[in-house]
Amino acid sequence: MKILPDIQNPNFQRLLWPLAALAGILLFNLFFTPGFFEIEIKDGHFFGSLIDIINRAAPVMLLAIGMTLVFATGGIDLSVGAVMAISGAVAATVIRPDYVKGVLEYGEIQPLYLVIGIPLALSVLCGLWNGILVAFVGIQPIIATLILMVAGRGIAQLITQGQIVVFIHEPFQYIGSGFFLGFPFPIVMVVLIFILTYLLTRKTGLGLFIEAIGANAVASRFMGVREKQIKLAVYMFSGLCAGIAGLVVCADIKAADANNAGLFLELDAIAAVIIGGTLWGGRFTLLGSIIGTLIIQSLTTTILTRGIAPEVTLVFKAVVIIAVALIQSEKFRNVFSVMVASRRTKA
Amino acid sequence: MKLLQIKRKNIPFLATISVFFLIYLAGSLMYDNFFSLRVFVNLFIDNAFIGVLAVSMTFVIISGGIDLSVGSVVALVGVLSAKLMQDYGVHPMLAFALCLALGALIGSVMGALIHFFELPPFLVTLVGMFLARGLAFLISLNSIPIKHPFVDKIIDFGIPLGFRTWLPVIAIIFLVIVMVGIYLQQFTRFGRNTYAIGSSEQSAILMGLPIGRTKVLIYTFSGTMSALAGIVYSLYTCSGYPLACVGLELDVIAAVVIGGTLLTGGAGLVQGSLIGVLILGLIQTFITFQGTLSSWWTKIVIGVLLFCFILIQRYLSLAGNRES
Amino acid sequence: MSNTDALIEIRNLSKTFPGVKALDSVNFTLRKGEVHGLMGENGAGKSTLIKVLTGLYQRDGGEILLESKPFHASRPQEANNAGISTLYQEVNLIPDLSVAENIYIGREPKKFGRIDWKKIYQDAENDIRKLDLDIDVTEPVSSYSMAIQQLIAIIRALNLSARVLILDEPTSSLDLAEVKQLFKVIRKLKNDGIGILFVTHFLDQVYEITDRITVLRNGKFIGEYETAKLPRLELIAHMLGKNLDEFTLEQQKELKTKKKASDSDDFLRVENLQKKGAMNPFSLEIRRGEVMGLAGLLGSGRTETARLLFGIDKHSGGSLFLDGHEIAISSPKKAIDQNFAFCPEDRKVEGLITELSVRENIILALQARTGVLKPLSPKQQEELADKYIELLQIKTPSRNQSVKNLSGGNQQKVIIARWLATDPVFLILDEPTRGIDVGAKSEIEKLILQLRDEGMAILFISSELEEVVTCSDKIAVLRDRNIIGELNGEEMEVGNIMRVIAEKEAVQ
Repeated sequence: MKILPDIQNPNFQRLLWPLAALAGILLFNLFFTPGFFEIEIKDGHFFGSLIDIINRAAPVMLLAIGMTLVFATGGIDLSVGAVMAISGAVAATVIRPDYVKGVLEYGEIQPLYLVIGIPLALSVLCGLWNGILVAFVGIQPIIATLILMVAGRGIAQLITQGQIVVFIHEPFQYIGSGFFLGFPFPIVMVVLIFILTYLLTRKTGLGLFIEAIGANAVASRFMGVREKQIKLAVYMFSGLCAGIAGLVVCADIKAADANNAGLFLELDAIAAVIIGGTLWGGRFTLLGSIIGTLIIQSLTTTILTRGIAPEVTLVFKAVVIIAVALIQSEKFRNVFSVMVASRRTKA
Repeated sequence: MKLLQIKRKNIPFLATISVFFLIYLAGSLMYDNFFSLRVFVNLFIDNAFIGVLAVSMTFVIISGGIDLSVGSVVALVGVLSAKLMQDYGVHPMLAFALCLALGALIGSVMGALIHFFELPPFLVTLVGMFLARGLAFLISLNSIPIKHPFVDKIIDFGIPLGFRTWLPVIAIIFLVIVMVGIYLQQFTRFGRNTYAIGSSEQSAILMGLPIGRTKVLIYTFSGTMSALAGIVYSLYTCSGYPLACVGLELDVIAAVVIGGTLLTGGAGLVQGSLIGVLILGLIQTFITFQGTLSSWWTKIVIGVLLFCFILIQRYLSLAGNRES
Repeated sequence: MSNTDALIEIRNLSKTFPGVKALDSVNFTLRKGEVHGLMGENGAGKSTLIKVLTGLYQRDGGEILLESKPFHASRPQEANNAGISTLYQEVNLIPDLSVAENIYIGREPKKFGRIDWKKIYQDAENDIRKLDLDIDVTEPVSSYSMAIQQLIAIIRALNLSARVLILDEPTSSLDLAEVKQLFKVIRKLKNDGIGILFVTHFLDQVYEITDRITVLRNGKFIGEYETAKLPRLELIAHMLGKNLDEFTLEQQKELKTKKKASDSDDFLRVENLQKKGAMNPFSLEIRRGEVMGLAGLLGSGRTETARLLFGIDKHSGGSLFLDGHEIAISSPKKAIDQNFAFCPEDRKVEGLITELSVRENIILALQARTGVLKPLSPKQQEELADKYIELLQIKTPSRNQSVKNLSGGNQQKVIIARWLATDPVFLILDEPTRGIDVGAKSEIEKLILQLRDEGMAILFISSELEEVVTCSDKIAVLRDRNIIGELNGEEMEVGNIMRVIAEKEAVQ
């Protein structure tokens, strides 16, 4: 077993830039934000800025894991935010089925497997819908998933009748705000899903097929790779990840807010995947997407602690994404290297 | 005989018009006052800013691109113009002119990035969306009311239509932009080149058409129209709010697609997008009149319509391939 | 004959690319009112010549005279303006726009600053009348057949006041009636004094329409001939660079250890397989332990045959039998389920996954067959990769090297390795030796015979006739999308193949 990462390994090289960016932000905080790296233990739970960053980033990390695979096949899933809203709305409705009719009594307490199982099943169904449109009907991914992005939030609002459904359900709340071995449960969940996805893609043929399809669909088809089925599976998985993220958010705030749950998180997830170094069609790196999410979230937290309005992070996100996209653009690199060369000859 | 034949390329547009009349007919039959001049004129007032955006988005989508930044630019322009007028005492006309210039700048930079570095339009305009929204927050975190005698004059102006109804300035702007759009699309080389790029960029290059210039112009036009829509929105709400129009780009794209424009590029009409915007407005009006249906039904209906139109497009393009 | 009626004169034209002399002192003359065929196999320099002429490439040496004046185009637009228009195999029109607009886009007539649609439609109407076409100019181009689209493209070209028309394989996707229609127009243009440079791979068409033929080979000028005085066999000999007498005497290469074809029953039998517009009905029989070669000129239907057998293109008629049982091959997946394998002609587009490593490229086909749930362990993958890297002597610094950094020959070996890993019973090789160095080439040839001796059935496609003869146990000869003959045993000689291509009438 190798312990040190292989520096020549292209997989590691891909992570170099995102890691450097993350290190830069953390370094900045080391000097300018007192107590940034402190981690306290209260009642056996860990607390601190770092833990907080990861915990807040958990939903986007979940989305980014699903989005990474979709991206690698050369697709995109715009509907994940809406699916989050649907998932949360369904979970709350399972807990308080008559709330929207004005009945405040809980009725019988629903078992946890129903509270989790029904929303997740529906989320996978949403992914199935996207997958069918992309793989079997042949609509471009950005358009196919746009439909659910528009209609999905409406469906979520329909389920909650536009109300914010508040609830109390101890076991379910644990998903959002519980602690496991001292860590917030969402973090534990992300780690679990990450490991599971890693095993699923890298320890089976799936990851290779996904990359093959994304990099060269024609050649993959000629080799008998089941392009359609794999695309379908990837969109279903993205739906599942979105569903889990929706549950985390919903359980954390103990309410389903169909208007705002997951709003614009699809953009954060896309940004994280791009920053993390996954190509649009081809090689993907799950770890990169996680790092990408951490970059965005630590940036947000840093800005918050600086006393700047958090909304301004949007400007930073914009700059980072365009910078990464330009570095990946062959045209830009050509123009850039020509510029550097001409400057050198002048000097 | 020939008149009766329905040309394949016209099917989406015909479907759009049919949907419009169906909803209008249903509304008129079901509710009193639905079929009235006031309700009809209100469609043009309430949807003026979406309408302006739909015109430029039609060009963008026909060229095979997409512009996700429009909603944020509307918000940015709203906040910027309000700030300029209220805090710096800039005359509204100058403020509006500056905003239009800013919109054009944002658009041209996006166009240049898309063309010269061959970056995907959705990515570049996504960045534009983040950037414009962030800048709006930088200018102000809160809503800024617009109070200016000149602005009041603009708002009060209107063309009388009879039956105590007026056509206010923002509706006039909407209609003028639609005409400008139709003219650009049908009677200028810029408009025709837009189709050529979206239909087959490779052929367009070999035919010697000015691809780069056209592409940059398309996004510049889109940015400028976003700024104009921002001005219209400020006049409509009398304020600038950095959180305004979140998700507006989706409504605009939906309106354009429901208006019969091919999302893959190459086909579509500004007049179709006009009907598309009116359909969205009608659905809203319908739901308001109905009273018990809630606002989310709007989104679901739009989603379903979007789905139907995309399926029609897909079917038509498949049928077209089979033929040739 | 004086050169006063020469439209274009090209003298000693040269063009070098890194490592390749694409054009080496080429001469070419195009006269007013003639159709001039430009013939040659792959790499002859036809397309380079056209690209230099139209300003896509810049020449390194030599001169071009246009109507006796020196001519130089640095952009396609300049060639257009000088009256040289080019039509390619793919129709370059805007499919969604109307016929009239396609003729005039980019230079629309204007009235009061706006596009004058009335004039566009009227002018377009007149234009199509001139060519005896009867179509609705307001309809989108995409609603017409490929042939009509080619004619529309010609009208557009002529409207740019073209004096020279270059037709680069305009007939590749046209059917017989459509070709007739196109030729009618070409003859009309010829009578109007326009010079037409015509590139095609269809021999019948060359003899039907051209007045003179210029043959290029490996970037060199071979000769200029009057079509009527050039026998087909001689044309083919010039194109392939073979002297016929040489071949009748030529000894078979030692490499070949001819094995008596096994007496086993047919392994794969094809009956009247066809695809409308791509390949006319054909029948084939291949046995285990046998290499069937496909020989023919470029565009004769070799790749089309392979694609039909592997299910990439769906056949529109005919049937396939495997060991006497009818099988349905409607997709590559179905073919792979029967243990078929296919190394495509276009390595980069259809074969390699350039972003992935050598190891991944080698194991992909096998992994696709075993399925997602039965992954090859890293150890198995490495062993497989190493096994084939050694067996085929793939030169790569490591099995984890990205395959895009390998040379062409080694890339080809990676693709072959990928299929060998699946242990196929039937292997289709489409131009496996194209563009690779001599050493790698002979290794691949050796490998083919070795695989045959191990009992594999192989379909071998190559544009090099010697290679086909060397490696095959029998040869099917193709011309103009038909299989027009089969050669066995002693008949298998380069000369005989050429004779079959030249002489047999195509079955229509």
